[in-house]
Amino acid sequence: MFTPDRKHVSSRFKSKALLLSLAVGGLLSVSAVMAADGPGLGKPIDESQLQGWDLIVQPDGTGLPEGSGTAAQGQAVYEQNCAACHGMKGEGSSGVPALAGGSLTTTPPLMTAGSYWPYASTLYDYVRRAMPPLAPKSLSNTEVYQVVAYVLHLHGIVERDFVLDRASLPQVKMPNSGNFIDRSQVQ
Amino acid sequence: MQNNNKSERVRSDEKIALLNDQVAGNGLISRRHLLGLSLAGAGGLVTSSVLAADAGLLTRPAWSMTPGRDPSEYGNPSSHAAQIKRLAPAPNAISPGTGASRTPLHLLQGTITPNSLHFERHHSGVPDIDPAQHRLVLHGMVRQPLEFSYEDLLAYPMVSRVHFLECSGNSGGNSSGASASDGSAGGIHGLLSCAEWTGVRLSTLLDEAGVAAGASWITATGADAASLGRSVPLDKALRDVIIALYQNGEPIRPEQGYPMRMFVPGWEGNVSVKWLTQIKVTDGPANFRDETSRYTELLPDGKSLQFTYPMGVKSVITSPSGQMTLTRHGLHEVTGLAWSGSGSIRRVEISADGGRTWADALIDADQRELALTRFRLPWLWEGAEAVLQSRATDSAGNVQPSRAAWVAQYSPANRYHFNGIQSWAVSAQGEVKNVYA
Ligand code: HEC
Repeated sequence: MFTPDRKHVSSRFKSKALLLSLAVGGLLSVSAVMAADGPGLGKPIDESQLQGWDLIVQPDGTGLPEGSGTAAQGQAVYEQNCAACHGMKGEGSSGVPALAGGSLTTTPPLMTAGSYWPYASTLYDYVRRAMPPLAPKSLSNTEVYQVVAYVLHLHGIVERDFVLDRASLPQVKMPNSGNFIDRSQVQ
Repeated sequence: MQNNNKSERVRSDEKIALLNDQVAGNGLISRRHLLGLSLAGAGGLVTSSVLAADAGLLTRPAWSMTPGRDPSEYGNPSSHAAQIKRLAPAPNAISPGTGASRTPLHLLQGTITPNSLHFERHHSGVPDIDPAQHRLVLHGMVRQPLEFSYEDLLAYPMVSRVHFLECSGNSGGNSSGASASDGSAGGIHGLLSCAEWTGVRLSTLLDEAGVAAGASWITATGADAASLGRSVPLDKALRDVIIALYQNGEPIRPEQGYPMRMFVPGWEGNVSVKWLTQIKVTDGPANFRDETSRYTELLPDGKSLQFTYPMGVKSVITSPSGQMTLTRHGLHEVTGLAWSGSGSIRRVEISADGGRTWADALIDADQRELALTRFRLPWLWEGAEAVLQSRATDSAGNVQPSRAAWVAQYSPANRYHFNGIQSWAVSAQGEVKNVYA
C-alpha cells in the first residue's frame, strides 16, 4: 500500500521546480506558493517502527494487539490496580468516575463506561494509554484485555469466561451504542 | 491624576442630557458617547467634576526623584498588579495534574490573553518535554510515514493567526446548577483565552506525506502521561489547522503544549491536542474516551450529540461582573467579550433591565474570525437595581440563546457547549452577583 520515498523525492523536486518558476515568473506568486509547500524535512519511517508506540484502537479493532483475557483473569488485575479508586464493583469514589452500573434514564442520569460508552474499543484504548493515573502504560497488553473484560463483566456486558481478544472485542455490543448522533459535518 | 476613587457625580442638568441619549431601559447610553461624538450638553461633565476634586498643589512622587531599576531579562508585571492571577484549584490528590485553571477575564482588558494567564486544562499534568527528543510522527493512510523534529518544523513556512480557545466545559456551572453560584466572570467563564498562534499548516505536512485515497479523518495524540487523543475530520485538518509552535510571539508555554500543539480554530479546546506527538491519518474517528465518555452532549431523550466541534456564539460582560461592587453613582462603561466558533462577531446587544430592552454595544468594525471581540457601552447607574445581560450575533446569523432556551435542549446532566446569556444582578448597594434570569 505504501510506496516509500517516492512522494518524498517528488516534493523535494517540486520545491526546486518552484524556485525555477519563481526566477522566471517574478515574485507575484511567492507567498501562495511557499505557504503551500515546505522544505520537505520529514524523515521517512516505517509503520513497523511504531509497533508498541502507536496505541490508537478504533471501533473496528484496528490497532488492537495480540493477546487475550477473561473477566475471571481480570478480577485480580482490577482489584490490585483499579479498585482502590474505582471501587470493588466499579462504583467509583469521590473524584473518581464510576465504571459500571448506572443508567441514562434515572434523575440524574449516571453515565459510566458500561451505561454510556458506544464502543468497547474505547475502554481498551483509554485504559492502555491513561490508567492507572500514577503509572499509565504500565499494564501489559494481556493485562489490559483482562481488566477490560472485568470492567465489561461488572456491568453485565460479558460473561466471566468470555474471551476478549482482537477478534471478539469489536463484536461486543455496548448497551448505549446506536444512541450517538454524529455532528462532525456541522463545521 | 489617576484617582480611581474619585466620585464623578452627575449634575442634574447633565443627567437630563445623558438620559436624552438613553438607548435602552435602566440607563444604557448611546454609543455615540464612546465614539467621541458630541453628546448634547453633556460634553464636559465628567472632566469638570474630576478637575474640581483635584484642586490643590500636586506633589512629586518618590519614583520621580531617584533612578528606577535596571532592564531585566524576562519581564514581570508590576508588583502592584500581582493580584492578577489565574484562578487555580488546589492540587488534585487522586489524579496528580488533572484539573483546570481559569483566565481572570474580569481583571483584563482588550482581547489578547497574556501567556502567563492563558487558561489550562490537563488530564495528567504538564510534562517537561525536551524539544531535542520530541518527535511528531505522521502516519497511517499516507504514502510515506514521516517523522519531524522540533528543529525541522522551525524551518517550515509559518502562519500567524489570532484565535480564541474555549474549553467545551466552560461556563458549565451555569448550565446545570440548581441555583446560580457565587462567581466572578473569570471563575465562571475563564476556560476561555485568546492568543496569536504561529506555526506550520498541517496541510503542508500532510501534503509532504501524501494523503492516501479513502482517508477522511486524522487521529492525534499528545506526549503527556494521559496521551490524550482526539479525532478531526480531514477536511478541517486541511482547511485551517496548524501545528502551533509560538504563542503571542514566544515558544508556546508548557501548559499549552510545548514544544507543539495542534491548534484547531473555533473548535472545542480539547481537540487542540497539546504536546502533539502523533497524527495518524484514518478512514474514521478513533472514538477516544474524550470524544465518547466526555465532550458529548446528552439530550433529554437519552440520545447524545457526538463530535460537536464549533463553539457556539457567546458573550459575557466582564465589567461590571460577579463579585464586583460599584462604589459610585454615575457613568460606567459596560464592557465584555464576544466570540463564535462559526465566524466573526457581527453584533452585541446589552440590556440593563434583564432582557426587556436592548441596545447595540460598540464593537470594532473589522472583526477577526474565530477570535475574541471586545464590546463597550456607557451606562448611567444611579442606584437602581439592574440585571445586566449581553447577547451576541455572529457572521453566520447565529444568535446567543437565553439560558432557559439552552437548558431546554439538553439533559440536565449535560454541561458541555453552554452558551446561554449571562445575567449579572446589580443591587441598590452596587453589589454584582451571578443570577439566572
Ligand atoms: C489513583 C486512582 C485511580 C486508579 C488507581 C485508577 N483510576 Fe481510572 N480514573 C481515575 C480518575 C481520577 C479518572 C478520571 C480522569 C479524568 O477525568 O481525566 C479515571 C478514569 C478512568 C476511566 C474513564 C472513566 C470515564 O467515565 O470517562 C476508566 C475507564 C478507568 N479510569 C479505568 C481504570 C482502570 C481499568 C484502572 C486499573 C487498571 C484504573 N482506572 C485505575 C482514577 C484512578
